[in-house]
Amino acid sequence: MTVNTADLHRGVRDALPILLGVVPFGATFGIVGLTVGLTPLETVLMSLAVFAGAAQFISVTMLGMGVADFTLIVLTTLLINLRHLLMGASLAPYLTRLPLARQALLAFVMVDESYAVTMDRIARHGYSDSHQLGASAALYVAWFLATVAGVLLGEYIPDPLAWGLDFALPATFLAMLVPRLATPASLAVCLVAAVVAVAAALLLPGKWYILLAALAATLVGGLLEPSPDKEAKA
Amino acid sequence: MRSDILAIILGMAAVTFLTRFGAQLAFRGTGIPAWLGRWLRHVPTGILTALIAPSLLLPQGRLDLTWHNPYLLAGLVAALAAWRFGSVPVTMGIGMATILLLRLW
Repeated sequence: MTVNTADLHRGVRDALPILLGVVPFGATFGIVGLTVGLTPLETVLMSLAVFAGAAQFISVTMLGMGVADFTLIVLTTLLINLRHLLMGASLAPYLTRLPLARQALLAFVMVDESYAVTMDRIARHGYSDSHQLGASAALYVAWFLATVAGVLLGEYIPDPLAWGLDFALPATFLAMLVPRLATPASLAVCLVAAVVAVAAALLLPGKWYILLAALAATLVGGLLEPSPDKEAKA
Repeated sequence: MRSDILAIILGMAAVTFLTRFGAQLAFRGTGIPAWLGRWLRHVPTGILTALIAPSLLLPQGRLDLTWHNPYLLAGLVAALAAWRFGSVPVTMGIGMATILLLRLW
């Protein structure tokens, strides 16, 4: 299976702004892992094997509370990551054309951030699996190195999320969202997603608000979308 | 490395991979039906909005729609920058500069 080097490099470059937001989270995870009593090796292994920020934070929090129950933690992880099913489905038209091994590799490293970079690339220039690989690899390596940094330097770093770096991700996502709001249907999708996300984030624990808001908004978008014969004329 | 922790990590890795690969496996043989494709087209907009909205509107976990909320102000500036320039790095730079200024101020 071939890799287009130019697209690979572009993918890495397009992921760079997001790294500013991801690295502080990875470093924080390294620090938290040690705080709850994991060894440095266990903490880094979790970042390498699971590579899912929210699920990792919640599981180490549970471990810290003395909950070392396999079923409970694995089930919680599954629920937190259910949103990836929806992202995988929306990428499936592009991915299912690839060899199975390439698909599995891209799936293993698909997180919210690389999904956003990939959808942005599709909207601007069309799909490229090398681009997705580059963006995903950059995020994976950054997450790993940030966890290592947190584990090694944890006690010397003041809270890395306290400097406004937690705004880096929303700012990047806004740059990807705004160009998508060109039609009335997409504006309605955005509005519904915002209202449902805020209400659900206030009322429900964990990351349920992402899945709920995306589902509700997608339903509204599907209902407002013109039927295929009208689309052909447009 | 303790074996119970190792088992938990591997279990988490397995179910996470399942959520990332499941949809593609399910549609591998058949392809995505046209009606579903029309709905799925809106997933990126929905997901992006769901990731952004709470971090701007609920910065401390509570709804804050006032001018004292720096995330909301910086978010509005970043949205304007995104609309005007259409560039991810430029929007990020302007957004980060805004939040830093608002924090120092």
